[in-house]
Amino acid sequence: MVDQSKLAQESNRNLRAKDKESEKEKKNPHHVMIFGASSGIALEFARPFADRKARFTLIARDEDKLKDISADLYTRGAKNVAIVCYSLDALEGSYAATKEIIKQTEAPDTVLIAHGILGDNDALMKSPQAMDLLFRVNVLSPIGILMALEEAMGERKRGTIAVISSVAGDRGRASNFAYGSTKSAISEFTSGLRARLLPKGVFVLTVKPGMVATAMTEHLPRSPLMASPKKVSRDIIKAISQKTPVLYTPSFWRLIMFIIRHLPEFIFSRLKF
Amino acid sequence: MPTHSWGRIKGQEKDSKILHWRKDAFALSQWTGPVLAYGLGRSYGDSCLINGGTLIQTSQLNKFRHFDPETGRLSCEAGLSIEDLLKFSVPRGWFIPVSPGTKYVTMGGAIANDVHGKNHHRRGTIGCHIIDLELMRSNGEHLQCSLQQEEALFRATIGGLGLTGLILSCTIQLIPIESPYIDAEMIKTTGLGEFFEIDRTSDQDYEYTVSWIDCMAKGDQRGRGVFIRGNHAKGGDLRSYSKQKSPLITMPIDAPEFTLNRFTIKAFNEAYYHKQFSKLKMVRQGFDPFFYPLDAVGNWNRIYGKKGLLQYQCTVPTNKVEDLKQLFDRIERSGQGSFLAVLKRFGNIASPGMMSYPSEGYTLALDFRNQGRKSIELFHELDKIVIRAGGKLYPAKDALMSALTFQTAYPQWKEFERYIDPKFQSMFWERVSTRG
Ligand SMILES: Cc1cc2nc3c(=O)[nH]c(=O)nc-3n(C[C@H](O)[C@H](O)[C@H](O)COP(=O)(O)OP(=O)(O)OC[C@H]3O[C@@H](n4cnc5c(N)ncnc54)[C@H](O)[C@@H]3O)c2cc1C
Ligand SMILES: NC(=O)c1ccc[n+]([C@@H]2O[C@H](COP(=O)([O-])OP(=O)(O)OC[C@H]3O[C@@H](n4cnc5c(N)ncnc54)[C@H](OP(=O)(O)O)[C@@H]3O)[C@@H](O)[C@H]2O)c1
Repeated sequence: MVDQSKLAQESNRNLRAKDKESEKEKKNPHHVMIFGASSGIALEFARPFADRKARFTLIARDEDKLKDISADLYTRGAKNVAIVCYSLDALEGSYAATKEIIKQTEAPDTVLIAHGILGDNDALMKSPQAMDLLFRVNVLSPIGILMALEEAMGERKRGTIAVISSVAGDRGRASNFAYGSTKSAISEFTSGLRARLLPKGVFVLTVKPGMVATAMTEHLPRSPLMASPKKVSRDIIKAISQKTPVLYTPSFWRLIMFIIRHLPEFIFSRLKF
Repeated sequence: MPTHSWGRIKGQEKDSKILHWRKDAFALSQWTGPVLAYGLGRSYGDSCLINGGTLIQTSQLNKFRHFDPETGRLSCEAGLSIEDLLKFSVPRGWFIPVSPGTKYVTMGGAIANDVHGKNHHRRGTIGCHIIDLELMRSNGEHLQCSLQQEEALFRATIGGLGLTGLILSCTIQLIPIESPYIDAEMIKTTGLGEFFEIDRTSDQDYEYTVSWIDCMAKGDQRGRGVFIRGNHAKGGDLRSYSKQKSPLITMPIDAPEFTLNRFTIKAFNEAYYHKQFSKLKMVRQGFDPFFYPLDAVGNWNRIYGKKGLLQYQCTVPTNKVEDLKQLFDRIERSGQGSFLAVLKRFGNIASPGMMSYPSEGYTLALDFRNQGRKSIELFHELDKIVIRAGGKLYPAKDALMSALTFQTAYPQWKEFERYIDPKFQSMFWERVSTRG
């Protein structure tokens, strides 16, 4: 039999070193702020931070969902969870709300902007209201939030802002160019903001997931290409710590999108996908 | 894509819905019926499948609700898997009081089948440790059920085969552990006689006992196998075992028909039996290999090919040893063999569950490759022996028993019917509740 007591001593020593580290965190817990916190990807993103006793500010429009998430995060070890019910569907509103939230909870260390709607391209083309809402939720609201965050986090000179865009933003396809173009706007906006905030010590991450098995894609058939929200959120956390500027997740999408972006127009425009 | 059970039986649902939030279920009354919950589909037969209507997928409903580190009481949503529960609780010094042979089951599924584990003689079924549960009924009732409140519905829901409504969350009393390891002993047994002997003397000192039996051995050697017993190790470091591995190998596709035949099974059983040369082997192992050896091969059910596998699990009362022997003889003679045969004695701790399967006696579980008619004939013969002995079959494993067999073994089924939510239905219940 292996000498268990020695093994245990060994790892206890490692753990004590870790405990010291977390002493620091205890006094000033990591502050995670999530917009669209009820998203499937966002929930999986939050959980590992809760395990490490972070504190949270969660913003979404549905109070019941926020309460259930908050119970999960508290149980896992979150120091504090503040919930804010707010519909993120306008630039000025989202800007003002973010400023107010920061005023009350302090600037965050890590931000995830996760809210979004997918919509059906054909239906969107027939409904100006629906198209308007799509751009307000997917583009204008995140821009308002980012404007408010730039001020607050730039002043503090640290932190990370991860924004969920999509591979759909890499090239407008016949079947979903409305959604695709909202994500394209987000990819470009965050690309420029990254450069602008880099000298201020704030890191902006553009996240481009492929298909993810969440409520958003529930109506689509499950395929092997569909990643789990857990996998995607793990990739996001890794990209934050490695400071990868643009994350394709799962990684094979980088190659697929490279090919799609480089298909000559006369071929691409005949593809009905 | 239609859903399958673990034995590869195909569901016939028209529609399926994924539950992400407890509040999603508040709309239950508006969904087109019939409906049935589906956890992780680890039931072998048709108890997690529905004919027409809507299958409600619960495994995304997997959030924690509350944990009290002083008392070890955990509240969680019903789709939480035992895998995720243990990832959370083990580093904190707590363990699930009762676990089935796979950790890929949801709490809701575990309650609906009132699952048992290797420690039934000590702790009864999982239902004995459920403090309360949150139930949604299709008439809009949203109930908190326990022994103190809505007692009848609480008892009907534990082991209630998913038919009494949708379980949204539950509170379970965990048991304290000092270490993530199990001190296990494997004892080679020469036959049933020795099994009874060791079993009798192990009850007192071992939390977990179970036996692997070589069903192909006959005559004197009938019932030879390996008796496994163990206890949670004392002392050690709880956090040292936090790295849980995902399956080492996964069976991506159904294996061809010929993978399993009588000779490969026999060879497997021989090899397993002789793997352990000495009479007694003692090891300290992680809880994963001890409780969930099969989970190391993902989708291992596919090794049985497209037609899938059938599992037979029955219980006969303790004083019906002759009938138990007959079961072994009948299986050996059939030559239909089994990869795995597991024998265990259930103790006398009663479950609060009205329809709960375990009761004092010997329980035997084996896998068979589905051979259509041949399997049906064999199973019906085994059923006769079991019913004559006053025993019963386990619904979670069953795909073939007749309505008469079920109704004889579970006479309380008529009373149970009163608590069934009229909107809920399963292929299993359609099969076994027909009136002769
Ligand atoms: C390898 C292996 C080993 C096993 N070992 C054991 C063992 O040792 N002991 C034992 O007792 N069992 C054992 N089982 C059987 C397994 O534990 C049960 O079938 C269990 O119920 C499966 O849980 P599930 O989450 O997969 O549920 P499913 O199989 O998907 O569903 C089972 C039942 O639960 C109902 N249900 C699920 N969720 C809910 C909910 N939220 N509300 C209401 N009803 C719900 C379903 O309608 C269905 O009737 C084993 C199975 C396998 C594959
Ligand atoms: N799933 C994919 O395949 C995929 C692929 C690439 C990118 N993405 C992107 O990933 C992000 C997260 O999506 P997901 O996959 O996790 O799907 P999801 O679970 O459906 O999450 C989307 C979230 O957006 C929220 N939302 C919608 N409108 C809102 C509003 N007006 N105000 C506030 N919140 C609003 C929703 O809140 P409610 O709960 O209140 O409805 C929901 O929580 C989105 O930006 C999405 O575009 C997803």
